[in-house]
Amino acid sequence: MGGKDLVEPSESAGGLASIPALLQRNAKKFGSKAAYREKEFGIWQSWTWAETEKEIEALALGLINLGVKEGDFVAIIGRNRPHFYWAMVAAQSAGAIPVPLYNDAAAEEMAYVLEHCGARFAVVEDQEQVDKVIEVQDGLTQFEHMIYIDPRGLRKYDHRALHQFSHIQDQGRAAHDEFIGELKERREKLTYDHQCVMLYTSGTTGKPKGVVLSNRNIIQSAKNASEFDNLGPSEEILAYLPMAWVGDFIFSVGQAYWTGFCNNCPESPDTMMIDLREIGPTYYFAPPRFFETQLTNVMIRMEDSGPLKYALFHHFMEYAKSTGEKYGMPKRRLQKPDLKRRIKTAWKFMMGVGFAVETMVENSIRLFFARMRYGAKVREHFKVSDPLGLMLYPEPLRSYFKYRTGEVLIYGPLKNTLGLSRVRVGYTAGEAIGPEIFEFYRSLGINLKQLYGQTEATVFVTVQPDGEVRADTVGVPAPEVEIKIEENGEIFYRSPGTFVEYFKNPESTASTKDPDGWVATGDAGYFEQESGHLRIIDRAKDVGKMADGSLFAPKYVENKLKFYPDILEAVLFGADKDRCVAFINIDLTAVGNWAERNNIGYASYQELAGHPSVLDTIQTHVEAVNRSIAEDPMLSGCQIHRFLVLHKELDADDGEMTRTRKVRRAVVAEKFNDLVTALYDGSSNISTTTEVTYEDGRKGSISATLEIRDAKVVPVTPQKVAAE
Amino acid sequence: MNDMSSDGYVTADGRKIGGVLMEMKNITLRFGGVKAITDISFDIREGEIRAIIGPNGAGKSSMLNVISGFYVPQEGEVFYKGEKRPQMKPYEVARLGIARTFQNIALFEGMSVLDNVMTGRLNHMKTGLFAQALWKGKAEAEEVANRDVAEKVIDFLEIQHIRKTPVSRLPYGLKKRVELARALAAQPSLLLLDEPMAGMNVEEKEDMSRFILDVNDEFGTTIALIEHDMGVVMDLSDRVVVMDYGKKIGDGTPDEVRNNQDVIDAYLGVAHD
Repeated sequence: MGGKDLVEPSESAGGLASIPALLQRNAKKFGSKAAYREKEFGIWQSWTWAETEKEIEALALGLINLGVKEGDFVAIIGRNRPHFYWAMVAAQSAGAIPVPLYNDAAAEEMAYVLEHCGARFAVVEDQEQVDKVIEVQDGLTQFEHMIYIDPRGLRKYDHRALHQFSHIQDQGRAAHDEFIGELKERREKLTYDHQCVMLYTSGTTGKPKGVVLSNRNIIQSAKNASEFDNLGPSEEILAYLPMAWVGDFIFSVGQAYWTGFCNNCPESPDTMMIDLREIGPTYYFAPPRFFETQLTNVMIRMEDSGPLKYALFHHFMEYAKSTGEKYGMPKRRLQKPDLKRRIKTAWKFMMGVGFAVETMVENSIRLFFARMRYGAKVREHFKVSDPLGLMLYPEPLRSYFKYRTGEVLIYGPLKNTLGLSRVRVGYTAGEAIGPEIFEFYRSLGINLKQLYGQTEATVFVTVQPDGEVRADTVGVPAPEVEIKIEENGEIFYRSPGTFVEYFKNPESTASTKDPDGWVATGDAGYFEQESGHLRIIDRAKDVGKMADGSLFAPKYVENKLKFYPDILEAVLFGADKDRCVAFINIDLTAVGNWAERNNIGYASYQELAGHPSVLDTIQTHVEAVNRSIAEDPMLSGCQIHRFLVLHKELDADDGEMTRTRKVRRAVVAEKFNDLVTALYDGSSNISTTTEVTYEDGRKGSISATLEIRDAKVVPVTPQKVAAE
Repeated sequence: MNDMSSDGYVTADGRKIGGVLMEMKNITLRFGGVKAITDISFDIREGEIRAIIGPNGAGKSSMLNVISGFYVPQEGEVFYKGEKRPQMKPYEVARLGIARTFQNIALFEGMSVLDNVMTGRLNHMKTGLFAQALWKGKAEAEEVANRDVAEKVIDFLEIQHIRKTPVSRLPYGLKKRVELARALAAQPSLLLLDEPMAGMNVEEKEDMSRFILDVNDEFGTTIALIEHDMGVVMDLSDRVVVMDYGKKIGDGTPDEVRNNQDVIDAYLGVAHD
């Protein structure tokens, strides 16, 4: 990646051509401001930018002392902790390139990446990761040293090539005078064209590919996106996404270093929700699945609430659907509010509280009478109504105060419980999000937006600007991104974030990126005429034809199914066949809760998945989806004729999904070949045995007899207004 | 292997086991006319994991209760750290640095996990009721120090996510872990575990085994445990005492015990001639 010094470093943003350079700027500019926080031993420990610089310098000196050379690759394996972010920047300072890996990957998966990039060093978290690397170490030709953070259980290990993180830092501090000159020299040498990081794609097909991203890619993209959303040094983010994923790198390193905001690392993966509440991030990213799960949990818990709360919740959530966009969105304040503004805010708040009290009192009285009349069935009959006082106001004011009342009673407390009270900019990406789910969060007054991106683009291809947010599009091109759409519908882009190349893979590079810098996304889509927003249809290579020549777009149908809380995952088959069939995975939380409520006993996932009542419910969902697909004449061939509910959850450990939880279609089709055959040959049930891999890498097998159901299909019922 | 010189021995995996921490000499325990334990002698050495096994009704739990000072044997003597232990109340035994978990979980159900773990620090709190109510100066410093220990134990046993959860809402496997946490918070020199893995599934058993080994490895805590799962006992322990009908029928390393004819007979039964 060196040798391409075509551009002068002065072209970079203010002479800040690398992450280490940004670190030095931040240490000067925001010296006493928190840069990292991590909850440990029940307390949030924090490091300021000045302290961070010292920690990273000590580590970088230690790495040089250990023998890290310029151009070396340093693997990073662990969950989000400040130490790993430091390790990445320290490696860059020493001229090396960090390669973050998915920490939940099995040892063989790690071995492939470690060998492919030829990593000489690895910074890992604990005994578990050390064991994994040791397991595959013999097959790695270039691997030398491993550095671990948590010494627990590692005392008896052979320490010739194994070092503790803090010891490396101590050695670095001790060797300060010896190596500081060299460190400075290496740091100064970094230009905009040096490689910043190497990220391996999750790989829905084939082996992962190493995406080479330069300092230009990272810093320009981070700068553009930060300016687009007006991010400042006072933002707080929660770093919980896998470190190997480009999104985490751009948010927690790129944007954090560019704007100087604070990274908060959770105590452990299990405490993420608690930590989210405690931190209250202002800038937030989560995949759609996360929002789905949260919404499902909220709905399940609302079922357990008392009749007044239950009715209030539904009353105000219904109301927010039409008004949330107008009244709820967080406003951007560029300067501190003056006295007049404060008084106005206080007055609005008081009105909200006043109407809230009135709502509660009046409805409690009404509930009392409703209870006398309906007894135990009061929940079905009791509806909340607006208080008399609110009725006295004329219209625009009335709606406004009603929303404020809801804010005090429902939206505010709910946002607080979800940990999203302070979110000013929130993003979701990676998959389509259900319109109802998206609407729910937006109506609460959370500025949740969609973006469309790729590792190869350093995340940003399109983003939704504030005020132009919709569930069915992914927004307008991000700053400095050009987009063109080929005749076959495939989307191409060109931007400062466009990756340099795939590491050691010139064929793939050539087939993805043309000499002019246009990159093929592999997705098909089109721009909406009136709004200029991009709409994604499907993965271009997944879109196929059925036997009769009609369009087969699996993702479109699967997403429709997945919008039901009961359905976690769906896989549609039908390319080159005469009709479509589907595998369905139930959501254990939602279905389990439903089973409990209906006194349906089950001992395992498998038993619940095969229960006739569950199949009945899923069948109604499938038939509803069929009806909705039938409205689109182009896609009506994708209706599901037969389906089955899988006896196991699709899992990354079994290779059925990527680590970012995208279904590997080909793997699933091959692995469950017998089931697909049964779906097409008309048999009503099928016995099967499936191999499963446990988290520790051992294998086992489960066998089950699955019932296959037929779903009603509907003839095409075109909508009155055609989509064109 | 089993050369019990007073200086201790080295285990198969290279750990050094120290001298005798606790010694039972000719213990006999009777409940009225029933002899629960008959003339049993064995020792527990510093840093080792010592298991007591035996079929149902063999007197294992009684033995553990004798060690913990809850039962007082009619005959025999208990030596702790080289000195003969006089008759003591259980809380006095706890102050000597002996902590235990129970076969049937004995936690404060209404209290949070953190509070339960903090109760394990009770013997390390010296300030009086009044000072703690005021919570100034010494009392505050003491609580901070104790909380520090409790948090380290919570981190060690990976129960951060339930720190503030009331114990009554936890599943069984986690309650067992909380109980271990409370015992560990006392920073004991001898840890007694009464069936730590009873009623757990394979995964929970594996977790618990790992924690027991880690505790022994990290803090050097001596552990005496009773367990039914033979696989677990044989993997975990350095030495095993086997009891049957209140008598000791075997004592030694897992391998020695496994090949002991008396032990095999006791577990599998003998044909009546």
